[in-house]
Amino acid sequence: MTAEIVLEARSLTKRFGGVAAVDGMSLAVARGEILGLIGPNGAGKTTMFDLLAGSVSVSSGTIHLMGRDITTEPAHRRLAGGMGRTFQIPRPFPELTLLENMLIARQHQTGERLWANFTAPRQVAAEERAAREKARGLLDLVALARLADEPARVLSGGQRKLLELARVMMADPKVILLDEPAAGVNPALLEVLIARIKDINAAGITFVLIEHNIDMVSRLCNRIIVMAQGSLLFEGRPDEVARDPRVIEAYLGGAAA
Amino acid sequence: MIDLLGYGGFFLSTALIFGLIALGLNLQWGLTGLFNVGIAGFVAIGAYSSAILTTPETVDRVGGFGWPIVAGWLAAAAITATAAAFTGYATLRLKSDYLAITTFGVAVVVQLVALNAQSLTGGPFGVAFIPRPFASVQDQSVLFNLSNLGVIAAVTLAVYLALERLSRSPWGRVLRALREDERAAIALGKSAQSYRVQAFAVGGAVMGLAGAVQAHFIGFIAPDNYLPTLTFQVWAMLMVGGSGSNRGALLGAIVVWAIWVGSGSVTAALVPADLQARAASLQIVAIGVMLCLILLWRPQGFFGSGRSPK
Repeated sequence: MTAEIVLEARSLTKRFGGVAAVDGMSLAVARGEILGLIGPNGAGKTTMFDLLAGSVSVSSGTIHLMGRDITTEPAHRRLAGGMGRTFQIPRPFPELTLLENMLIARQHQTGERLWANFTAPRQVAAEERAAREKARGLLDLVALARLADEPARVLSGGQRKLLELARVMMADPKVILLDEPAAGVNPALLEVLIARIKDINAAGITFVLIEHNIDMVSRLCNRIIVMAQGSLLFEGRPDEVARDPRVIEAYLGGAAA
Repeated sequence: MIDLLGYGGFFLSTALIFGLIALGLNLQWGLTGLFNVGIAGFVAIGAYSSAILTTPETVDRVGGFGWPIVAGWLAAAAITATAAAFTGYATLRLKSDYLAITTFGVAVVVQLVALNAQSLTGGPFGVAFIPRPFASVQDQSVLFNLSNLGVIAAVTLAVYLALERLSRSPWGRVLRALREDERAAIALGKSAQSYRVQAFAVGGAVMGLAGAVQAHFIGFIAPDNYLPTLTFQVWAMLMVGGSGSNRGALLGAIVVWAIWVGSGSVTAALVPADLQARAASLQIVAIGVMLCLILLWRPQGFFGSGRSPK
């Protein structure tokens, strides 16, 4: 693969006490790719995401985002740097409306600086109008526009996943880390979700996808990385992964031994 | 009738000063979810700052700066904001009850410093001769009280409008997001640490300003003014008025202060003189009972958003 690498992890390791949850993992994600990250429970997939997103500090190894070393950059800078994430269990702001949830995700907003609200109210208002318009458009895309002014707590589990996807899109990220987007989503809504991920990807946005729903992974990803016990077990096309004896063993019980 | 007018002015002035403090707390708790139980400490810092900067020279105490009153108020807000920002920074890792215990400790320290640092604060004797606005009409109590009420109402209105603008701004939205889910807000690019320190500072500035305004209204301050009872009163005001609402903070202050003063006069009238000192505790009971009733009847307070305290 000769395409440009947008996200690269080299020998990433995270130890919690004596346990290495992620142990020397390397991966490289090409621009425009949808990379699947699978593995049995406890393989270290979510810890890997936490490391990439900066919510957990790295024990050793490096992370580069579009060529820039972000290994020690604080988590709150990474979205503006081009990488967004969603959570395994969605985390909407329950008492904020859907629209407000969306607006929070916009980066570089003048109105988020305390004094600007008194010194530059017009600029703040203009940016807010633009952000609202974009937010309504994205909510429309995930079929949530009619709930824009409702608090996010009214959403179902599946709708929360859609809101998280739309929300992270507000920041115009280049790379999105999706942690189990299909878990607990009913089949009809899942089709919406898959279609949206394809649309967004077609617009040039790169995805890394943790997922247990193998059907979804096969439909979205050209390349899959299998993790087990914190390390890379196998890497290949979906059909190769399904046949590989090591992968089958890891899922069917070998991993615990 | 005239007396009543004068007393009404005095009552409302005091209530609005409490309202100011409650507005500061509403930014910290109602908007950001910061469990600040050190209110009395921040009010004290504001009161002493302005008092020291504006009073004439006094034997055995730092002072004699003789600043104008308004300059003292602005300095009080700035100094308290700095102290609150420092508290916020030092407690970045603390949440909910741990933060409460720590801020409570800060207030106790401030009060003990006020009591013991005699060369700075006058110690147990406090600071007297703090210049009062409209001091020239001091002996015409109705005019004096109503003029002061005008000034205090204007300050309260200005702070209310500024905080309303901030609560509805993108800045306020980030504070609410942090209250709801700090981890998600960080993932969406917000620096939890920076906003937390800012919320401490802005709320602290308002509390400090309120302390200064009160010090100049009464003309005398002492460490006993800044005991934990003050913190308790302001929390009760915000709970009754409705956490998250600036209007609620003001209304809650007026209602709770009315009950406080009212229960004080009732016990004074009904309880024999030799038991008066003990009967004063009934005021706290009255507030407590009312708080229970409000929480049963309308848990979100008069103007609350419906969010349960957590």
